[in-house]
Amino acid sequence: MATRAWWTTALVGLLLGGAGHAAADVNVSGFLQQNTAANTGGANPNGRHDKWMEERVQLKLDAGDGAWRYMAKGDLAYDHLGRGDQSELREGYVDYTAGSWDLRAGRQVLTWGLGDLVFVNDVFPKDYEALFAGRPLEYLKRGIDAVKLGAYPEFASFEFVLAPSFRASRTPDAQRFHLYDPMPAVTNRETVKPDQAEGGLRVYRDIGGWDAALYLYRGFQRTPSMRPDSLAAPTKITFFYPKLATYGVSASGRVGEGVLSLEAAYYDSLDDRAGSDFAVPNSQTRLLAGYQWQPWEDFSLGLQYYAEYMQDYGAYLAALPPGLPVDQRRSDTVTVRATQLFLHQTLRLSLYAAYNTGNHDRFFNPELRYAFTDRVWGAVGANVFAGKPWGQFGQLSHDDNVYVQIRYEF
Amino acid sequence: MKRVLIALLAGLLPLTALALSGEEVMKKSQAAFLYPGKDFKARVVMKLVTKDGQERVREMTMLRKNIGEAGGEQKYFMYFFQPADVKDMTFMTYKYPAKDDDRWMFIPAINMVKRIAAQDKRSSFVGSDFTYEDVSGRDIEDDAHTIEREDKVGGADCYVVKSTPKAGDADFGYKLTWVSKANFLPLKEEQYDRKGAQYKLFTADEIKDVKGFPTVMRRTMKNVQTGHHTEVSYTKADYDLGLEDSLFSERFLRQPPRKWIE
Repeated sequence: MATRAWWTTALVGLLLGGAGHAAADVNVSGFLQQNTAANTGGANPNGRHDKWMEERVQLKLDAGDGAWRYMAKGDLAYDHLGRGDQSELREGYVDYTAGSWDLRAGRQVLTWGLGDLVFVNDVFPKDYEALFAGRPLEYLKRGIDAVKLGAYPEFASFEFVLAPSFRASRTPDAQRFHLYDPMPAVTNRETVKPDQAEGGLRVYRDIGGWDAALYLYRGFQRTPSMRPDSLAAPTKITFFYPKLATYGVSASGRVGEGVLSLEAAYYDSLDDRAGSDFAVPNSQTRLLAGYQWQPWEDFSLGLQYYAEYMQDYGAYLAALPPGLPVDQRRSDTVTVRATQLFLHQTLRLSLYAAYNTGNHDRFFNPELRYAFTDRVWGAVGANVFAGKPWGQFGQLSHDDNVYVQIRYEF
Repeated sequence: MKRVLIALLAGLLPLTALALSGEEVMKKSQAAFLYPGKDFKARVVMKLVTKDGQERVREMTMLRKNIGEAGGEQKYFMYFFQPADVKDMTFMTYKYPAKDDDRWMFIPAINMVKRIAAQDKRSSFVGSDFTYEDVSGRDIEDDAHTIEREDKVGGADCYVVKSTPKAGDADFGYKLTWVSKANFLPLKEEQYDRKGAQYKLFTADEIKDVKGFPTVMRRTMKNVQTGHHTEVSYTKADYDLGLEDSLFSERFLRQPPRKWIE
């Protein structure tokens, strides 16, 4: 709470300071938003029938002065489902731009890779709760406090990222979502966050008309692993973020009538290279192939095939305690996104669907969005989950919801 | 001997001018309309107006750089100011003659640069009555061009060129373009559907000299079948600013330089 109040004060200060600094080119914008998501099935674990209900004001300050630029984007928000004040600094950074390099320091959103809600090289924090609770797309990503250095020599572009402190992905809250818990009786739980820095490098350039990129990352898994103090009679569970390094590549280019995207990464599980620790994810290979095209005017179709392959499956099986669900060695997922625009692109009907062919995990997200005016838009949609009780989506099968987002922009 | 030849050629000149083919007129028109200068920058205000007069406004800065001669490769960069939900979005096109464009967009909400499919040049540009082709041009070779007649538009002498798609899969039957004899700008264009009914009308509403290049500062595209129309005006326009090639890159899609977009 104290942090939140601090951010709010800092934001207001920045905004006032920026406004006072009228000599530079200063731009203030933002929005007012209402966002509600109601369960269509039963109640949440906490007894409520809504996944989300909040009002939100975003203020964005953008000031530039030659090579320097400042950006602060802060939200004042109130949650009606028990969380209360949810104000936060979404982004806040300073940019310095020189001829062949630039620097960004502060809280920033980073996105790597080519996937559509499928993440191969995008190792940066997400907000899965936002995705499953019907919040606008921009809330899918969480900013990290980092320094990013861009260097642009002739032969390639480089992006170095260094984050002194770790920020996890936000997983759905167990009060609001029915999450799979293999040891529900153990209530003594603690979370240990890494206290080391993380870093990454992205190198990209054009190769024969293809956008090619190379990615390297050394840090931690973004979602926690759990370790009980004893398997026979557990009394305490510790959540922790295992060390991770990833090495990946991607390419996208024009093929036929559309755009083909290819991406691969090796997830090197540094805390358990042998794969024999059941609490730490096995090393993994991730592959993605996507194709997007426009069969007719204002209609776009995107297909993806995504695979995860466990490197040390024998060791995984040998180490897995009895009673826990057994993952398959290979997990195959297909996704489709269809988007049709109407009324001079002011009305958008879209559907995203994902299906795991191994465990039949399914996720559907239809949405209708309309811009009433140039300043006011609204969206209604649904999140529908199905599959096995321990699957990524299957565990949420009692959490289906319909949502409304309405926003006034200024 | 040389002098005689020059005199002969000079004598032939008016004849050759008269004998411009439809294709030559359209090539000159493309050069005057879409290729003037080495590069170009404009602040563009686009008003989408329904039959009932309801307006939506899209505002952007458009940058263009020619890579070769008129009719050759070009690079486009667009930065959106309005509407608010697309503010800070940028859009980049590498346009190639006789080959599909390469297009990228930057989505600020998730800080992601995406290459996007671009085979459909006949689709609407940001929901307006202009298509991508109307904005950045249609390949001259895709149509057969004949001069139908001569006519006047607002007192200006024009060639009226009929352009008929060579391939059968085009979504329009033909178009008539009124090309000014003086500056080769298209002053009016009528597009007809495949049944021969007119469905779109383009008019150049205001022309101004900018750095010596006659420039269409205001234009309208009307869908005569639905009554919807789009008015485009350049509130600022300039040529030969020395735009660097490196501007048209992922780096600047993500961080558009203020000095070029303001």
